[in-house]
Amino acid sequence: MTTLTNYRPATRLRVVAQTEAPAAIFTTEGLNVWYGDTHALKNIDLTIYENEVTAIIGPSGCGKSTYLKTLNRMVETDPAVRIDGTAKFKETDLLHATVERLRSEVGMVFQKPNPFPKSIYDNVAYGPKLHGIRKKAMLDDIVESSLKKAALWDEVKDRLSSSAFGLSGGQQQRLCIARSLAIEPSVLLMDEPTSALDPVSTNKVEELIGELKKDVSIVIVTHNMQQAARISDRTAFFLHGEVVEYGQTEAIFERPSSHLTDDYVNGRFG
Amino acid sequence: MLHTRQSPNSSRIRFRLLADRSAKIMFGAAALFGIVIMGILLVRITSEGLSWLSLDFLTGRFSTTPERAGIMGAVLGTFWLLAVVVPVTMLVGIGSAVYLELYSKNGKIRTFIQTNIGNLAGVPSIVFGILGLTVFVRALGFGSVVLAGGLTLSLLILPIVIVSAQEALRSVPHQLGDASYALGASKWQTIQSVILPVALPSILTGAILALSRAIGETAPLVVLGIPALLIPFPGGILDRFTVLPMQIYYWTLDAALVADYAHLAAAASIVLLISLFLLNGSAIYLRNKYTIKA
Repeated sequence: MTTLTNYRPATRLRVVAQTEAPAAIFTTEGLNVWYGDTHALKNIDLTIYENEVTAIIGPSGCGKSTYLKTLNRMVETDPAVRIDGTAKFKETDLLHATVERLRSEVGMVFQKPNPFPKSIYDNVAYGPKLHGIRKKAMLDDIVESSLKKAALWDEVKDRLSSSAFGLSGGQQQRLCIARSLAIEPSVLLMDEPTSALDPVSTNKVEELIGELKKDVSIVIVTHNMQQAARISDRTAFFLHGEVVEYGQTEAIFERPSSHLTDDYVNGRFG
Repeated sequence: MLHTRQSPNSSRIRFRLLADRSAKIMFGAAALFGIVIMGILLVRITSEGLSWLSLDFLTGRFSTTPERAGIMGAVLGTFWLLAVVVPVTMLVGIGSAVYLELYSKNGKIRTFIQTNIGNLAGVPSIVFGILGLTVFVRALGFGSVVLAGGLTLSLLILPIVIVSAQEALRSVPHQLGDASYALGASKWQTIQSVILPVALPSILTGAILALSRAIGETAPLVVLGIPALLIPFPGGILDRFTVLPMQIYYWTLDAALVADYAHLAAAASIVLLISLFLLNGSAIYLRNKYTIKA
């Protein structure tokens, strides 16, 4: 993990910065993404701030997931994808960074809970092991603290060695969050993390997001406008691959400057 | 209204129901055909060979005297053959499948390799025998030994192993790979710690079924010049050897000279069939027990 620590700029001293404007964690300028001939993102200029929850909303096919997946370059798992423009993670040009290193700083939680077919313990320990942590005591500590951060520890502490598939959907999703947290990322990207969950589990994940933003910046794509309004500090509204409006969540929902945003957040289309 | 209409239609309905019933009978008969033939085969070889099956037969050497003949040499031959075929097919087979499924981009090279594998799967086994004779026995100068036979049979079953391993890899949900990549895993880390463990039971199932085909093959070994004569037990992969199907083949041929050879052939067939059933059974067991549902 030492390489990761070295790589991270001195973000741990952020107490001083709290009164000032928040620091940018992602900056994209003129970002374009194509899937084959489909122009999915068109000239996206967006700055995402540290230690905030940023929600990305918009109808299906508007490019919000594509944008999210560009931030950790998971879009590139589709071989037909082409990207141009600039995208920075802190000061790093993320489009030309080593993806393995970028993704150890920028974690991701997917729409459908996707635990590995391994034990609960091994799911959480997977990331730290990848990055070279072998000592059992250290892994034990990481597993415990990550599960605690994901508010799952009390429910699973007595069955760490049983299969992750025995957990409920909501628990599985929190396990996936714990798995991402285990490598101490500075950002968590969440791609509709509650769309496959029941309302009670959704509520738990939302509470968790509120807790987590103390330590990590969160970018969340959501279909659920109430969710965006409840949990986010800033909201970006995407439509047809473009950003229509971006600003403080309150402003977006209560005094949107574009009639398109107004129509969408009030359920007149989408 | 309904009653007046029913009379002209009722004969048609009877006809349709009749067609329905006969279709069921026809398809049932088709399904039974295989089982009936299997039954006849089993009855025939057990009635001819079961009384000749004994511990002495299993552990005995080859002999021209039917009462003293045994199949230990052939069993050992099969064992050493597998010692060559298993590592070669597993390494090359899984390796090619991983390359084709996880590394190669959908391009011309991939299509070319894939088409060739498909073609190889259709090549008759005797042609592989000729290939083995030319390359391993003669050009590389191995002679008719286990290594030559094993490599030939490996070539024969590799296409099946590759295609089934590819299917196994393809059926691993891509969400699992994504989860690993999103944690900063490299491709190889993802393959070895997520994708292969999930796919392994299906890969092994396919490989075992292919191995059982290799064990039962005769034609390519005939071409390679594998004897069923009085040869010493093979002690390694560079020794001359024979295998059960060869033994059965020669005993059946010579049954015209020594009538009791027919019983020996039947008894050896029972042993061969039982080992194949065991192999196939273990493949099914593996598939049911270890397949992970995600």
